[in-house]
Amino acid sequence: MSLIGRIVNFYVEGFRGMTIGRTLWAVIIVKLIIIFLILKLLFFPNFIGEHADEGGEAEFVFEQVVGNRE
Amino acid sequence: MNNIDLASVDWARAQFALTAIYHWLFVPLTLGLAVIMGIMETIYYRTGKEFWKEASVFWQRLFGINFAMGVATGIILEFEFGTNWSNYSWFVGDIFGAPLAVEGIVAFFMESTFVAVMFFGWQKVSRGFHLTATWLSGLGATFSAWWILVANSWMQYPVGCQFNPDTMRNEMTSFADVALSPFAIDKFCHTVTSSWIVGAVFVVAVSCYFLLKKKHEELAKKSIHIAAMVGLAASLLALYTGDESAYKVAQVQPMKLAAMEALYNGSESQGLTVIAAVNPFAQPDYANEEEAPLKLEVPCMLSVLATRTVDGYVPGINDLINGYTDEKTGRTELPLSEKIERGQKAIAALQAYRKDPQANAGLADEIAANMPYFGYGFVRSAEEIVPYVPICFYAFRVMVGLGSLFLLFFAVLLFLTLRKDIAGMKWLHWAGIAMLPLAYVCSESGWIVAEMGRQPWTIQDMLPTWASVSNIASAEVMTTFFIFLALFTGLLVVEVSIMCKQIKNY
Repeated sequence: MSLIGRIVNFYVEGFRGMTIGRTLWAVIIVKLIIIFLILKLLFFPNFIGEHADEGGEAEFVFEQVVGNRE
Repeated sequence: MNNIDLASVDWARAQFALTAIYHWLFVPLTLGLAVIMGIMETIYYRTGKEFWKEASVFWQRLFGINFAMGVATGIILEFEFGTNWSNYSWFVGDIFGAPLAVEGIVAFFMESTFVAVMFFGWQKVSRGFHLTATWLSGLGATFSAWWILVANSWMQYPVGCQFNPDTMRNEMTSFADVALSPFAIDKFCHTVTSSWIVGAVFVVAVSCYFLLKKKHEELAKKSIHIAAMVGLAASLLALYTGDESAYKVAQVQPMKLAAMEALYNGSESQGLTVIAAVNPFAQPDYANEEEAPLKLEVPCMLSVLATRTVDGYVPGINDLINGYTDEKTGRTELPLSEKIERGQKAIAALQAYRKDPQANAGLADEIAANMPYFGYGFVRSAEEIVPYVPICFYAFRVMVGLGSLFLLFFAVLLFLTLRKDIAGMKWLHWAGIAMLPLAYVCSESGWIVAEMGRQPWTIQDMLPTWASVSNIASAEVMTTFFIFLALFTGLLVVEVSIMCKQIKNY
């Protein structure tokens, strides 16, 4: 078997032989779905990306931080 | 500054603190257990005794549960940077991004490769290769911690950078200065050695549970013996690295040290406060009080710790506000009024420069000259630059007090494991279990001291929190705060129950 084949086989057999690992992977997958598909998409937009024009990020941040400062 | 809702600053800070505290429940155990299971597997490699293989597999399984539960919890912090702290994120530029990118790459490749060999490879690779993978898994996690701490240290002590008024970003001028900042080295050494203590306490606690239940006594006793050695060595190292960290804080963040010590007015031959009756619920009246009430101190000790001389001058909160010159060392701290003036000069120069960069090119030098005080341009009163003293004061004492307790505990434990059979010592088993929550309290307290003591700055002296935060409604941040609270609580319950089930059913 080639090196790549042996590496793939190593992982496949490893995942197949898991016991507690299956539960852990289930938790990890649920967690990643919550983090990336729910939290990131719904609650954590890129604030500057959404509010500043492309190429105008520096000006936007300047206005936010010191632009209209009294 | 635009009309930023100040409540959103508080909610963004609370949310970041909640996420970081939750994330830090997993990291120290990963770093600490990695050392102990590495030692056990090394013994297996050298002796070939199956007992040590079984012991390694058991602790690696608990390591795996903790590792899996900690995965991705740190990513949420990066989301918060982009949404809640967008001004800060832009302002720090590639300085913060570079270490985090290196950390992501190293963490992903090193840990995913070697952790897989560690868990799947017992029957498939040689003993030597497996042992290497086990140590490299721990080294990968430690290396990841290095880059995170480099990024954090830059916020405490910004070096190796120059502010570019055209891009409104700090740009890295020396990667070596950032990556090998003395502040980062001290912080890394103290954080990692204190994490080994958490790992050692965890092993002792689980082993003590087995001894109480009269299960796996040989595994428990030998694990306690190794954990006691690691814990004692780690405690001594944490004592040394903690002292070095405190010395650095005295040099570059004297206000943090003054808050940690509730030191209102400094002096030469300054004593180290053991305890004082600082009101835990209110900022003290440092401007009018001479010192914290009912103060018990070790004479001259703070001078020794902060200046390495018995009669060194240590400034208090009022000295740092009013400015001072140390006659002996020549060290000068500008009064707050002058710092504010220089900060305002930097801001005014930046405003003029950005209106017409070509016509005002000469102002770039003025911006650069006053940039170290840029953040003071946003300050309106002295109260704003003083960290919340009660939290810094008590969190520091909790950290040092518990650290001293662990030093004593591991010394006694090692003595007992060498001289006596600990299987019947129920008091010791209960004490070992009781140490576990204290280890987490101690570890989190260290971070609370470091981060609360840095307030009000996100970047020391250069950017305060209220200029760093995004212009978003506080209700939005509050909503995600409570979502996180529910999510993290749920995940923690799942993690603890999986961990407990594994230990009970072993």
